[in-house]
Amino acid sequence: MGILKDLFKDYRFTIGFIILCLLVFLAIASFFSPYDPIEWLQVARDKPPSWPHILGTNSKGQDVFWEATFAIRNSFIIALIAGLLSRVVAILVGFTSGYKGGLTDRILMGISDGLLVIPLFLILVMVTMLLREAMTLVNTGLLLAFFGWAWDARTIRSQVLSLREREFTQTSILAGNKTLPLVTKEYLPFTMPLIFSTLINNIGWAIGMEIVLAILGLVRLEIPTLGTMLQWAISYQAMLLGHWWWILTPLILTILLLVALYWLSVSVSEYLDPRMRIQRIGAK
Amino acid sequence: MKFIKDYLFPRLVQYLLVVFCGITAVFFIPRIAGQDPVLEMIAQIQVQGGSLDPTAVESLMKSLEELYGLKGSLFEQYITMWKRVFTLDFGPSLFQFPTPVSDLLRIYLPWTMGLFITSTLLSWILGNLLGGISGYFSQKRWSKVLDAIIMVIRPIPHYVFGILLLILFAYVWPLFPVGGLVLGRRTAFNLDFVLRVLHYSFLPALTLVILGGASWFQQMKLLVQNVKREDFIQYAQAGGVKERLIISRYVLPNAMLPQITQLTLALGQVFSGVLIVEMVFSYPGMGLLLYRGVTRGDYNLVMGITTLSILTIATAVLVLDLIYPLLDPRIRHR
Amino acid sequence: MNEVLKAENLQVFYVLETLGEKRIAKAVHGVNLQIPGNEVYGIAGESGCGKTTLLKVLFANIEPPLRAFEGRVYYCVNDKYIDAFSLSAREKRELRWTYISYIPQGSMSAFNPVKKLKVTFLDFLESHVRGKDREELLSLTNHHLKTLGLSPRILDAYPHQLSGGMRQRVAIALSTLLKPRIILADEPTTALDVVAQRAVLQLMQDVQKELQNTIVLVTHDMGIHANIATRMAIMYAGKIMEEGSTEDIFNHPLHPYTQYLIHSLPKIGDKTPRESAPGSPPSLVEPPPGCLFHPRCPQAFPLCSQEVPELVRVNIDHKVACFLRGNNRASCS
Repeated sequence: MGILKDLFKDYRFTIGFIILCLLVFLAIASFFSPYDPIEWLQVARDKPPSWPHILGTNSKGQDVFWEATFAIRNSFIIALIAGLLSRVVAILVGFTSGYKGGLTDRILMGISDGLLVIPLFLILVMVTMLLREAMTLVNTGLLLAFFGWAWDARTIRSQVLSLREREFTQTSILAGNKTLPLVTKEYLPFTMPLIFSTLINNIGWAIGMEIVLAILGLVRLEIPTLGTMLQWAISYQAMLLGHWWWILTPLILTILLLVALYWLSVSVSEYLDPRMRIQRIGAK
Repeated sequence: MKFIKDYLFPRLVQYLLVVFCGITAVFFIPRIAGQDPVLEMIAQIQVQGGSLDPTAVESLMKSLEELYGLKGSLFEQYITMWKRVFTLDFGPSLFQFPTPVSDLLRIYLPWTMGLFITSTLLSWILGNLLGGISGYFSQKRWSKVLDAIIMVIRPIPHYVFGILLLILFAYVWPLFPVGGLVLGRRTAFNLDFVLRVLHYSFLPALTLVILGGASWFQQMKLLVQNVKREDFIQYAQAGGVKERLIISRYVLPNAMLPQITQLTLALGQVFSGVLIVEMVFSYPGMGLLLYRGVTRGDYNLVMGITTLSILTIATAVLVLDLIYPLLDPRIRHR
Repeated sequence: MNEVLKAENLQVFYVLETLGEKRIAKAVHGVNLQIPGNEVYGIAGESGCGKTTLLKVLFANIEPPLRAFEGRVYYCVNDKYIDAFSLSAREKRELRWTYISYIPQGSMSAFNPVKKLKVTFLDFLESHVRGKDREELLSLTNHHLKTLGLSPRILDAYPHQLSGGMRQRVAIALSTLLKPRIILADEPTTALDVVAQRAVLQLMQDVQKELQNTIVLVTHDMGIHANIATRMAIMYAGKIMEEGSTEDIFNHPLHPYTQYLIHSLPKIGDKTPRESAPGSPPSLVEPPPGCLFHPRCPQAFPLCSQEVPELVRVNIDHKVACFLRGNNRASCS
């Protein structure tokens, strides 16, 4: 694959890719965990890192390393549900809005602009407060998906708008092609890279939001995620008591994950934007 | 006037629409979820405050229904809700019963606004200036180093970054307090107080400025790299206009204008960030109030905070939209 | 030595690299020019023939992806020839606008859109004139505009408030502020209506008479060259095909390409259909072998596709690069 080879020339892509692979590997490792992710008091409490508990144990009597593998896996699940599902909405809204134009466009963009201005975070908090008991992994993902499409619908729309101005749209319409095949066959391949980079950004957003909801105690706290892990560490005063291994593990994993995703997305979008490419050549 | 019709009018309409839709959503969300705040509240009071005799419960229920605007049909309730929004009356708070929510908001809102305005302005200005200069000299070494640092900071969410700073500068190296600036009933405005406030607000503000600044930095850098290729800049460069002038009079003003539009779009996110950071540092603002409201199930308080936030952000967006023509002659003199 | 500007064997190419593939567009391909003082020197050719690039090179403004592989450009400053490519950025900056200046293509976007024109004029002045305060510089600008017949009131306008023709005239005013010896003008009348074109051309002629300097005028419009150029060069695919006084070129065009350009001009009273050269300009990335024009030339013969004709003098003051004329034919026999 020539494209991949070119992408790997960018150190950001390479580093992001390696970190992401490691994290996926950790998430898969959770299936081989010797411990149950929810049970308390399975190991001695509050032990600093040492063999066999390489990241120590927490005040709930759980092994931090294995707990973290579950946390990554579950955060991935939430973020993927949120990211993929909101992509469907964003693509639908963005394409309809950009292709139809006129009143449809104005109404759809009015809604998404409204969603942008309203502090979504607070609405999200209100809704989760009411649904607190139902906030399983899947439902958290669904809810985040429901609120996470507005910005990206806007981005996709402007790309479609510029595609619509191009010649092949006119030729295709004149040739009597129906809207659907035009959009799926001609437009989707062009917008795919953009959709990919919005997906990565959205996954980052969802992971950050899950953390805040967990801190507020608005998700099922017994299910380990990056957010709930942090929440337990904070509510057990891990900082004050010096249990640094407990609080730093979810923090560093979150940062690694988000930085890796961000670097991948920046690298891919720079690769796809020819103007940026010229810039890179100019540097040589 | 064309300006009023094409610029001002649509923005006013959008303002009213956002406020209307947002507050309507806040009204309907609990009703769709099928919660009865009155019963829930009495249950909460009984849990927290002990026993209430049946007649007291009865009269409390009545007054609560009135307070919550739950009397009459849905439509009547809706009308009542709007009346209360205009008088900023959100009923009593639960966790500090019977203090009205509006009293709490009145104490905490100025703190949030102070943090919100200063950190947003600082991060916008710093991020854009640094990003602009770094974008202009994008081939220089320092620009690349700065870019690499920003690339690491930029994706970190507010909560995580806040906790990191808290661990570093309040626990490992205790320069700043862990939080918990307590608001007295009456605070004297003397130097001592101001210094204390600065001491307590430093880390929250730093978190917001660094994270916000990083995001503006990156956007500005991209913008400048495009603006740099514009004809009028190439022409000024060809004409031997000094680099200092090109940056300050050509590149920055032209790239900063779209950043104002970006700011209006991002204001909701920025505000959410402020609330989240307030929770991390127990800063006495609406974020802390929100945290308390959420953890104690005080739905009234959360609704009040949300409504007030919608009003605040929509108004801030409108103010920015009104300022914009003063800065962009292309809109002012159409 | 009355040439103010000389170019020797310029080889300036665009180096484009996409997805690891290197492509070279030969935009200026072996150009020699001697431009005398006190003239309007026209450079004509179809779009995409390298005219604008040649101007950039003469202006010593070569930035990636454009690269100079060979050649020199000399400016005659104080009766001494200096090599423009070897100047430092600072020296170049000092010569710009005082010795050589530039009128851009389509002044629509040549001015800072968010500042009043006054600010733009001051920016250029402040960067070149030392020891004068704002007021003095402003009155200097006012005076300059008045001598060009423009109202100083435009200084308080924003660029978007002026018409296209007005903007172009302001651009001319801006580029002549410091009385340069050479003015490079890149399609200054394109995208203007006929009335505005006239005003712009008139202004350029006035400026030239007033300053007694040299204007290098690039345009595809042969009508404009006929009107105001005193000497001219015909450019095709990065090469100069013919060079001489405007009169000679229009009355006795020697190169088949020049003949096409002139025959495509409308003439009053002439009803025969106008014809232009068949086909389209060649790719600059993969130029044809031999004479670059041969694929479109009706008089081409086998030699044309094998060897490159040199630009040679055929009359006292007339040069052409074609095997049909001049000494080139002798060299092959």
